[in-house]
Amino acid sequence: MVSSNADIGYNSKVEGGVIVSKADAVINWIRTHSLWPMPMGLACCAIELMAAGASKFDISRFGAEVMRFSPRQSDVMIVAGTVTYKMAPIVRRIYDQMAEPKWVIAMGACASSGGMYRSYATLQGVDRIVPVDVYISGCPPRPEALLDALIKLQDKVSTETSTQNLFKVKS
Amino acid sequence: MIAQDLLVALQGVSSEVAERESADWPSFNCPIDSLVAVLKVLRDNHGYDMLVDATGMDNGVDASPRFTVIYHLLSTANHVYVRVAADCADSENPVAPTVSGLWPGADWHEREAYDLLGITYENHPDMRRILMWDSYPHHPLRKDFPLAGHEDDLWDEEIREETGTKVIPAPMAGGPFVSKSSNFEAQKEPRAKDESWNEKKEKPEG
Ligand code: SF4
Repeated sequence: MVSSNADIGYNSKVEGGVIVSKADAVINWIRTHSLWPMPMGLACCAIELMAAGASKFDISRFGAEVMRFSPRQSDVMIVAGTVTYKMAPIVRRIYDQMAEPKWVIAMGACASSGGMYRSYATLQGVDRIVPVDVYISGCPPRPEALLDALIKLQDKVSTETSTQNLFKVKS
Repeated sequence: MIAQDLLVALQGVSSEVAERESADWPSFNCPIDSLVAVLKVLRDNHGYDMLVDATGMDNGVDASPRFTVIYHLLSTANHVYVRVAADCADSENPVAPTVSGLWPGADWHEREAYDLLGITYENHPDMRRILMWDSYPHHPLRKDFPLAGHEDDLWDEEIREETGTKVIPAPMAGGPFVSKSSNFEAQKEPRAKDESWNEKKEKPEG
């Protein structure tokens, strides 16, 4: 078998039952293909998030079908919807409860920038309260756009220096 | 005429009930002291069994009386509406009686009016804000509240310190944003009314 993954480069004729690789490559490979989302569905965008999870768009093709409603068990928070100032601290609290490593996707105009709600009640972009990895434009973005963002996030995850982060204490 | 019959009946409850200008359904002004009695008569004797809306109105900063509470009732048997309005006596701290004893559904409507206009409902079972967070200091639908809002602290102290984020007035950038009435959907995209300034370009003087 010749692996399509150049990082692992497994060739059974040469290595036999042993795979030689970098720890980073293995860890990132595992993480990349099993991102468990925390669906932070706050408004209309959440409907598109649900569509992405349903049979037609099938987010499980990218290993992200296990929507966890417990932050303890999830890797990527998908903020899908309008974040009000009333909700913002709760979003942050849920983000804090997620175990490291964790990522955030801001889905739609509202989550990215406040969208059309230039209003006294709406947080002007969820990046004011949590660090965002990928932004998605659109109101609402189509499910394909979410899948695209997921692939972008996978690209990002696969280049992280995970072993160094393992022993790093976050300040 | 429904309006005339109702007026006579309601004046039996309080002689100060008067007809109110209205473009559609019969509408009455009612002194706030007899508001609950008037609504009860409409419900029990005239078949207006459904409270469609209970809301309030700010007539303007200098207006007196400044706040008015408004009730829309529907007769589910006859499919006719009636509107009852009552002025709050105090313009500083407007107070109205609750009608949640007549229609339990009035509970949340009155909480909304309290939240957004600052009208306090007496004897309400649960007089808290319903939309904004409990410690929010303003009432956003009052006429003296700016469109963009005020700067405030986030309600959660821990998150406030952790993130340093504040409640800020929304960036208006030439707004308010309005969509032109046009035959073409593509031209209805909301645009700033005054496009000569935005977040990066200063607002021109004068
Ligand atoms: S971006 Fe559009 S679709 Fe998404 S939550 Fe905001 S208003 Fe709804």
